[in-house]
Amino acid sequence: MESVKSQTITAPSTQQVNGSKAVLEALVKEGVEYIFGYPGGAIMPIYDELYHYHDQLKHILTRHEQGATHAAQGYARASGRVGVCFATSGPGATNLITGIADAQIDSTPLVCITGQVAAHLLGTDAFQETDIIGISMPVTKWNFQITKASEIPGVLAKAFYIAKSGRPGPVLIDITKNAQFEEFDFSYEQCKGFRSYIPTPKLNFDQIDAAARVINAAEKPMLLLGQGVILAEAENELKAFIEKAHIPTAWTIMGLSALETTHELNVGMLGMHGNYGPNKLTNECDVLIAVGMRFDDRVTGDLKQYAKQATVVHIEIDNAEISKNVHAHYPVLGDAKEALTALLPVIEENNHEDWLNEFRAFAQTEYDKVIHDELNPESAELTMGEVIKFINEEVNNDAIIVTDVGQHQMVACRYAGFKQTKSSITSGGLGTMGFCLPAAIGAKMGAPDREVIAIIGDGGVQMTIQELGTILQTGVNVKVVILNNEFLGMVRQWQELFFDKRYSATEMINPDFMLLAKAYSIECEKVDERDKLRAAIHEMISHDGPYLLEVRVGKENNVFPMVPSGASVSDIILEKPQNI
Amino acid sequence: MSRLTISIFSESRAGILNKVSSAFSRRKINILSLTASECEVEGIFRYTLLVEDDESKIRKMVLQLEKQVEVVKAFYHFEEELVSQELALFKIPTSSMTNGNAEKIIREHNARFLTIEQDYAVVEKTGFRAEIQALFDELAPLGILEYASSGRVSISKPETNIQSYFNQEVLGEKISRRISI
Repeated sequence: MESVKSQTITAPSTQQVNGSKAVLEALVKEGVEYIFGYPGGAIMPIYDELYHYHDQLKHILTRHEQGATHAAQGYARASGRVGVCFATSGPGATNLITGIADAQIDSTPLVCITGQVAAHLLGTDAFQETDIIGISMPVTKWNFQITKASEIPGVLAKAFYIAKSGRPGPVLIDITKNAQFEEFDFSYEQCKGFRSYIPTPKLNFDQIDAAARVINAAEKPMLLLGQGVILAEAENELKAFIEKAHIPTAWTIMGLSALETTHELNVGMLGMHGNYGPNKLTNECDVLIAVGMRFDDRVTGDLKQYAKQATVVHIEIDNAEISKNVHAHYPVLGDAKEALTALLPVIEENNHEDWLNEFRAFAQTEYDKVIHDELNPESAELTMGEVIKFINEEVNNDAIIVTDVGQHQMVACRYAGFKQTKSSITSGGLGTMGFCLPAAIGAKMGAPDREVIAIIGDGGVQMTIQELGTILQTGVNVKVVILNNEFLGMVRQWQELFFDKRYSATEMINPDFMLLAKAYSIECEKVDERDKLRAAIHEMISHDGPYLLEVRVGKENNVFPMVPSGASVSDIILEKPQNI
Repeated sequence: MSRLTISIFSESRAGILNKVSSAFSRRKINILSLTASECEVEGIFRYTLLVEDDESKIRKMVLQLEKQVEVVKAFYHFEEELVSQELALFKIPTSSMTNGNAEKIIREHNARFLTIEQDYAVVEKTGFRAEIQALFDELAPLGILEYASSGRVSISKPETNIQSYFNQEVLGEKISRRISI
């Protein structure tokens, strides 16, 4: 016996554990702090083991598995780390899908672990059995089903590596119940790569030189930044680059906050409800430099009329994005940070003041026709814009703003001010209503020292409103602002503009949000008058703990400017067309 | 519209075919034929698919396929860049050789008998799709009891990219070439 004992002691790299403990040990080794999840039959062995891991892994019990994925996304986006979810088999697993699809299209690193029926029951339509590998395949960066405990360390190491490397994305690992119980010799080694996967392509310096030549010769250059800049942590490199070459810089909503709002070269937001200047001048620049963005249709409008005059330089880590929507004359394949670092010494100092003035002129027009009235309205009705303005003032442009999807999202992205990166968290590609409330909870856990403000519409908040229960249980200090116009506002706006005001299924009869907040013991306030708005926002921010503020805003306010669906970006309109 | 052959080289793992085929179905691209086999590199599977679609659409899809974590490399080729063959098996009644001129037809088409039983014979024909079709058309009047054909198997004509890719050191690990083939 003695010799066996000493053998175990002298072999510290392996230990006999069950599959469940192996999963948790792997999470600890990967530096995981938080797990967002919901237990159930097929994942009970893992939850049972979790009982002993209180001091190392914090589990946040959301009220729905969709909430768990969005919370994990919020955590990942605020912290730059991998978000982790647990769910059981069957409905638990299928409830993760919306969040996983959202993470896939917005390149958010997640590792989702689902329980599965025992291996011998696979394919028998067992209780709570669903083919989650098949279902999640098109919306994950990678997925894998584990049926033997011995597979756990290798597969989980790979899962974390794949989720966070290169262009990040969600990974789903399905673990059969027998594998969770099985004992085996555990040892863990982080993954450093494998042969079929090259996450970060090596820079080609010929591409760098070619791009630099075009940029140096440009008279009217314009740069578009996307989330790739944030994911590569290339914010400083980008700033140095645009300052040296003096390039007006616009952003996609996924790239928002990578460049501070007040930077003189920040010319604003691209796309459908973006700013006037960057949309107009996309079709006048001579060189268009896209960094870590994918020319989504909400950014480009009609591709046949998009930047046809421009020479396009596309800096992008994902080869499949280059020339997917917009032809790249000068592609630079690689990590944004590496590419910008390589470009910096070979681009020349420049001055494009006259060109920048063109942006300023458009900005002035937009201010006069749209922004002034949105931020300083004379009507009795409150606007979404003035709410954002007061929040900016209250937090001094330095909060994490989490938004849902719709009018309030566009208004928040347009008007919220930012000083730090990773401060705007929204559902960009998938446009998932219900994203905001759970994402804000996760964001606060990912960035506990920062103020986190959720800006949500009355429609979206009710899609995941049960997560008020998560706020109640955890006491997480998020500020929730419901901009209530008693409509599904964005759809209503389209109905007004393009469907002859037929408001089909967009009017909302809402619950009393104050009673709801009180039911969850969350401090709350409702405002519908301008002279109480500033004080209410101050009260919300000053309150030490979660808070829900409902603001009644104009029922039929519209978001402008707007690039009508299918139109060219340069046909952006500042107000409702006369004939409507 | 172009007739294009897509070659996908991937790790061998359950579910890859699902991944590959969903890339096609998502874009409503009809797969005309599909063959899966091992390739010259150990542990790597080769999928050969034939499609008819716009080159730009296929080019983008091939890049998306190549992005898949387990996919090592994916290519597409035009007809003239490939040497390809298909294989077909015909089961015909043995009586068609005595009552008809099946044997002569089979010889003329450079096909061969794999087995001849009392009631039936099985004939193998390897060639281009058109050649297989020609044999089919001639045998049909004599009675075909059963017919099966493979998808296309292709080798690209130029110095194959996949080989040079495998000859490189990837992540410091030399990929071992299979020698026993």
